[in-house]
Amino acid sequence: MNSYLIKRVMVLFPVLIGMTLIVFSIIHAIPGDPAETILGQKATEQSKQALRNQLGLDKPWLQQYFNYMGDLVQGDLGTSIRTKTPIAKEIVPYLAATLELTAASMLFATFVGVNAGILSAWRQNSWFDYTAMIIALIGVSMPIFWLGLMEQLLFALKLHWLPSIGRMDQRNPVETITNLYLLDTILAGRWDQLWTVIKHLILPSIALGTIPMAIIARMTRSSMLEVMNSDYIRTAKAKGMSQFFVVYKHALKNALIPVLTVIGLQTGALLGGAVLTETIFAWPGVGRYIFEAISSRDYPVIQTGILIIAFIFVVINLLVDLLYAAIDPRINYK
Amino acid sequence: MKKWGNLALVLMLGAGLALSGCGGGNNTGNTGNTGNTGGNTAATNAPASSPETSGTAQDTLILGRGGDSASLDPAIVTDGESLKIAHQVFDSLLEYKPGTSEVQASLADSWEVTPDGLSYTFKLHPGVKFHDGTDFNAEAVVFNFQRWSDPASEYKFEGDSFDYYDSMFGPDGSRVIKEVKAVDESTVQFVLNQPQAPFLQNIAMTTFGIASPAAVKEKKENFKNEPVGTGPFVFKEWKRNDSITLDKNIAYWKEGLPKLNKVIVRSIPDNSARFTALQNGEIDLMEDLSPDDLSALENSSALTKIERPPFNVAYLGFNFKKKPFDNVKVRQALSHAVNKQEIIDAFFAGQAQAAVNPMPPSLWGYNDSVKDYEYDLDKAKALLAEAGYPDGLPDPVTLYAMPVSRPYMPDGKKVAEAIQAEWEKIGVKTVIESPEWATYLDDTKAGEKDDIFMLGWTGDNGDPDNFLYTLLDKDAIPGNNRAFYVNEELHTLLTGAQKETDQGKRTELYKQAQEIIKADAPWIPLVHTTPLLAGKANLKGFVPGPTGTEYYSEIYFE
Repeated sequence: MNSYLIKRVMVLFPVLIGMTLIVFSIIHAIPGDPAETILGQKATEQSKQALRNQLGLDKPWLQQYFNYMGDLVQGDLGTSIRTKTPIAKEIVPYLAATLELTAASMLFATFVGVNAGILSAWRQNSWFDYTAMIIALIGVSMPIFWLGLMEQLLFALKLHWLPSIGRMDQRNPVETITNLYLLDTILAGRWDQLWTVIKHLILPSIALGTIPMAIIARMTRSSMLEVMNSDYIRTAKAKGMSQFFVVYKHALKNALIPVLTVIGLQTGALLGGAVLTETIFAWPGVGRYIFEAISSRDYPVIQTGILIIAFIFVVINLLVDLLYAAIDPRINYK
Repeated sequence: MKKWGNLALVLMLGAGLALSGCGGGNNTGNTGNTGNTGGNTAATNAPASSPETSGTAQDTLILGRGGDSASLDPAIVTDGESLKIAHQVFDSLLEYKPGTSEVQASLADSWEVTPDGLSYTFKLHPGVKFHDGTDFNAEAVVFNFQRWSDPASEYKFEGDSFDYYDSMFGPDGSRVIKEVKAVDESTVQFVLNQPQAPFLQNIAMTTFGIASPAAVKEKKENFKNEPVGTGPFVFKEWKRNDSITLDKNIAYWKEGLPKLNKVIVRSIPDNSARFTALQNGEIDLMEDLSPDDLSALENSSALTKIERPPFNVAYLGFNFKKKPFDNVKVRQALSHAVNKQEIIDAFFAGQAQAAVNPMPPSLWGYNDSVKDYEYDLDKAKALLAEAGYPDGLPDPVTLYAMPVSRPYMPDGKKVAEAIQAEWEKIGVKTVIESPEWATYLDDTKAGEKDDIFMLGWTGDNGDPDNFLYTLLDKDAIPGNNRAFYVNEELHTLLTGAQKETDQGKRTELYKQAQEIIKADAPWIPLVHTTPLLAGKANLKGFVPGPTGTEYYSEIYFE
């Protein structure tokens, strides 16, 4: 097990280095000059040339790549061209915001998705099964921005139940400690504000969680159906166990293994790709941070941002694999 | 567990209902929602954000806008979003009179100019303090101008470039300002290398706000994240891409201001979400209302429309590097084939006026007597025939249409399509290209791919020079003159006007310049838009400035 872990961690490095190389070459293949975009129409040509020199944009790109990697090895993640702030310092609040939103979305997606999947499998071909699967189909194909705007229209504007944008009520701001507002309000013992923060989380996490929810529901259903037809479940049923017990105790354990993979992959995807949700709900997350960096050709931010997200992604994958072994003794990492 | 299953069922059904309930052919997300006047006002019944209802008027303003600041040090930025905030924290020596681009006293009470226009002496307002408690004085002014002009300044931190200083007062090697001297505690003298007509107009720009020397020395590269000036509001906190919090400067040197205790500026990128947040009472004021939301705004009694004075121009530029657009007849022909009024009605919700000249009519020096190329397809065809194209142009024209929304052009692609349809009628086929913004700027600057391009400009300093010379002089190639339009006569006029200090004479020169530009038709000026803001009905004292920055110090709630 330990040797397996070490092996897996060792593999991370070539993967991440390969990543940097790919991202670097793609970025430099996109037309568009950072000096032109960031300084805009209001700056002189001299300033733009000075910026290009400073960024070493006139050097061959392989040399630029090695310079970047050299800095990276020394722990320098680079400085944003647009904001002129070190990325390592700048990215933390964005990551925290994204982490909070992803956690809430996956909580929603997993809870609803798994339960809907179980019920669908348990009551296969019932009206519930059909309805749930149709909704899952709609959910998978729902454009997020449309869903987001509709949610705002209905729950914020028409019903006044929930706030439409942001992470907290600015008229009663949360003192930030960790940038994870849920945690911050608990640490400060401000239960009223905790409720406010939760309210701000509801709409964006439903919007972001809808697609994973649908995928998880369908995966759970098919996986459950497979398990429910296996011998040991028939045995359990024959022994006269209650339906509920059979489904939730015996079947679920094995059925969840493939679902775990999906959950892991989806979590990784949400951590890096919530640009639309973050835009609609004015959520200051890492997706929009990188998206804006791409628009303004802020090379260091694009490179480092994607690298960090890739790193999180592979770590999550590793964790999922390790969880497998914990759940299923048949899987043996030797 | 079983209960959970049921809950899941309820949840899924609920989601289903919510989705089917508002999917009835509603594809804009805004139809069927005509304001929010169902007997309730948006601001007072939203539990999502309980506004202060303590009997006193609200004293915190929450402003929503589309983007975030890049940096809070006004000297190192050129983007409007950064300057907007910096303007609250910093004062310049002069300022623009609210709602106009006319210069008036600010940190400087008065000024004198020598007849040769080479020396300006400013008397500073006494007793002003920076937010960190240090004194504002002549030395502080000298420190700031030195920081901006000396390339070797130790206060020019890594990554800093003083772009506006270079572009308004000449780059290193051809500086307009020779030296800045502290005559005494409250007198500053500027000595120039050559007269500069818009000098005072430039000094008033937000970007030349005076920073606390002590804070710059102490905070170093962190100054751009924690700015310290003399302005009406003190910087408190910046959560990137989220919000910037400003507190009242209780020691502000202008008596009785600011009226608010706190200003919070939030970044809400999506236009409709921003408008929803305003209707829901989560923000009190919003920038850049989309023309699509105008009718909903006008139907709401809880909200009010606020107009920014038009100070921009959106235009189509002909690329002189490409044939046949170097032919004036062809340019004039296409100018006759654009129906500006129709475009304004269709895509600007009427919130724009047709442009005739490259600068807005509200700017002094505007030439009223220039007549536009009226919309006349027969004339257009005749001109094309004169140019040798009786059957229209043989090759399709590549028209670059803006991929991003800007205050002067909310939807470039749609406008381009309307123009495409008009040109079709005179035998000109158009291919619309709309690459991503960074590529767009690169391509139009290189002038290799586009035949005609769409772009716009918002004035910086309230001087015609900042439109005509900046955008159409041969000196602006390569750069802002993306038409590659070169006219020596115009160049002589415009450079002459820069050195002329008599405003009457300058006006004459600029009027002549506009005649020349009209005849040459390097551009089809399209519109001057009136950017829209929306606010709560009880928000008072807000006067938006034409250049995009204004103080929030006079704002209060009834």
